[in-house]
Amino acid sequence: MGERVASQDLVSVENLAIDFSTSYGDVRALSGVSFSLKAGEVLGIVGESGSGKTVACRAILKLIAGNARVRSGRILFEGRDVLGMNGAELGHFRGEQAAMIFQNPSTHLDPIMRVGRQVAEAMVEHEGISWNDAQARAVGLLEDMQIKDAPRRANAYAHELSGGMRQRVMIAAALACRPKLLIADEPTTALDVTVQAQILDLLRTIRQQRNLSIILVSHDLGVIAQMCDRVVVMKDGAVMESGTVEHILRRPEHDYTRRLIASQPSLLTPSSRATHPTSAPHLVVDNLSVTFHPGQSLSGWALRKPAQTIKAVDGVSLQLRRGGALGIVGESGSGKSTIARAIVGLLKPQQGRIEVDGRTLAPSLDQRRPEQVRKLQMVFQDPFMALNPAFTVGRTLEEPLRQHRICSDAEIPGRIAELIAKVELPKELLERRTTQLSGGQRQRVGIARALALEPEILIADEVTSALDVTIQAQILGLFERLRRELSLTLILISHDLGVVRYLCEQVAVMRHGQLVEYGATKDVLDSPREAYTRALIAAIPRLPAPERPLVHIS
Amino acid sequence: MTDLVQHTGPTALRRLRSLPLTLIIGGAITLAWLVVALLAPALTSYDPIAVDVMRALKPPSAEHWLGSDAIGRDVMTRIVYGARCDLAMAFFGVVGPIIFGTIIGLVSGYFGGRMDALLMRILEVTVSFPYFVLVIAIVAVLGPGLKSYFISLTLVNWVSYARLVRSQALVLRGADFVLAARGMGLGHLRIMLFHILPNAIIPSIVFVMTDAVLTIVLGSSLGFLGLGVQPPTPEWGAMIAEGQTYLTTAWWISIFPGLAVCSLALGLSLAADGLARILHTGP
Repeated sequence: MGERVASQDLVSVENLAIDFSTSYGDVRALSGVSFSLKAGEVLGIVGESGSGKTVACRAILKLIAGNARVRSGRILFEGRDVLGMNGAELGHFRGEQAAMIFQNPSTHLDPIMRVGRQVAEAMVEHEGISWNDAQARAVGLLEDMQIKDAPRRANAYAHELSGGMRQRVMIAAALACRPKLLIADEPTTALDVTVQAQILDLLRTIRQQRNLSIILVSHDLGVIAQMCDRVVVMKDGAVMESGTVEHILRRPEHDYTRRLIASQPSLLTPSSRATHPTSAPHLVVDNLSVTFHPGQSLSGWALRKPAQTIKAVDGVSLQLRRGGALGIVGESGSGKSTIARAIVGLLKPQQGRIEVDGRTLAPSLDQRRPEQVRKLQMVFQDPFMALNPAFTVGRTLEEPLRQHRICSDAEIPGRIAELIAKVELPKELLERRTTQLSGGQRQRVGIARALALEPEILIADEVTSALDVTIQAQILGLFERLRRELSLTLILISHDLGVVRYLCEQVAVMRHGQLVEYGATKDVLDSPREAYTRALIAAIPRLPAPERPLVHIS
Repeated sequence: MTDLVQHTGPTALRRLRSLPLTLIIGGAITLAWLVVALLAPALTSYDPIAVDVMRALKPPSAEHWLGSDAIGRDVMTRIVYGARCDLAMAFFGVVGPIIFGTIIGLVSGYFGGRMDALLMRILEVTVSFPYFVLVIAIVAVLGPGLKSYFISLTLVNWVSYARLVRSQALVLRGADFVLAARGMGLGHLRIMLFHILPNAIIPSIVFVMTDAVLTIVLGSSLGFLGLGVQPPTPEWGAMIAEGQTYLTTAWWISIFPGLAVCSLALGLSLAADGLARILHTGP
């Protein structure tokens, strides 16, 4: 690759090293990163959090933070040195030559500006055309982004649009001045899989229509495999390896790349499961309904309007045997977390019964007996919110032990050591504050805390969705082991069908608070009956199975 | 705390150096005033109260470093003894409000619903009175003096802390770690004390430093109006008031106690700034 003439490249990043100066000294963000992109190509950058992939692609637009120092290297865009550009040059370069879209479209759109105007703004700024002309072209662009009823949508504010719609608006705004390069930084990570599939489709279409070059940053190898011609694998601020998609996926040379591929949930092989053919169900959820009343307004009360209600869960029934594992899947807002909270007693259902070992539980946590509370534990989604930041790890684990008098006071240190070993963390962490841990470590502490109470049923609510894939694979392995060793009954809530397939023998597909499909994982995922389940499965970006040839649109 | 005891010597020094500069300077100023207040009798040989008309209105000199006032009392001596009174005002003026306000805010934010609605209406009624007028009115009813000053501050100033703590508690009660604590079967009191409070109190700790400054200023103002500390007890605000008539001829009577108020206020605000920086980023 080295012998190619540089002028053929649209972008070339050469030996880029960037430090961030902090109060603790310089922190290296990138060390000697090089990659290039030819016109019309789609380049994928894949890596985990902290790998430097976002810094690298922001640097292409010279969008680097004030405390960033470029230590070496340069970035050439059509032969021009980007890092040497002054403010006025950058003003033209950004938007007219290269543009960027971000992970979270809701924070990158101005909440008090109509979206059409936000798309038009760049055209007025860069091309000096009138607001009216720009507005008309903005509507046309929104139509190109396959937004239905574009003239009306252009008058909407960002909060009135769905996440997928906002990302379309972001893409329209980025493309307003016909840039040659679009940098997409995790453009679909915040979206549901079906919406993700639509956005990726859209990117493919506009790429062909406009002969656009794209740099796609993602942690999801599945997305990269579907979209890109070439891939750069990054870790700890350095490029591990780069090459064609075919090459990286089929013949990865670097250990890390191999590990990354092996960690993809769709490639995890389900392990053989111990079956418990005992007849009595361990947990029964019968016709559960949860309704939210999002606060009645004073004027509504004065006018005697009925309060607004939202049915989050609508007549859901589930059954689990001892030692069984049920996966609940569905998109955001489908009511999966609400079910979990109702089972644990954090929410009071309006209707329905929850039974453990044939005994009906009181709906509210305060009315349940301590023994019933202890048996039913939950692990939470966001590892950064799930632990008390004022506690040390040791204290986090000690509290439940004391509360339920799981063991005598003298046995507590020993028990804590056992717990921390069970989740494969070093004992030294016990002294640390929970804020000093990484996401994966925190999630393990969260699991250890739930296990401290020796529960019989464990509900895991999207426990891996905030984690990197390699960490996710480790946590899933941990669950699998714990299930086998402790014969836990497990409910796993996830939006990722790969995760569910790996861990659960039963799956429930939810939509708008209702069960769409419920049955054995094999049956539901391999031969889905409902159209919605089929759409959900089809939308998952997968790595191609090793024996099939790689096909992708280019 | 145990950490600090274990690592003395170089480690403690490194720790001190890693603190924000504003906290070090602010803390040093505040600490210096505390030392002055404690060692007052050792720092000066004059009596802060005794009248000596022969020495009245002397400008700063070797004998009276900061001059003497209209009835011959040494200004520096009165400032040094006044530090006791003003520091006590700063401290006790915020203790009542922070305790009372935190309890109300915690209960209000954690339980929400009707309890919250009721407590917040009471709060709004309190806020709807003009602040100074309310403090002065309560002091006037209870009679002048430090005790009524503290009582009136507690009755009026709790609202700031209640609001700060409530807003934090409202967010924290829905946080996963609080739900996790509930899911483990922990009681409401335990959750409020160990899970909500330590995380909700941070803005209040920062605010308390600023509030202490305001408390001193308010106490001084009351002293100025004759509703605070009663003469002849040395108090900075009262001293400024006494010197007012001589401002053109004997400026030192008012200016030096004024500088004392300013420096303590500066010290506390700098400390607050530094504290905010540590607490918000974590240790």
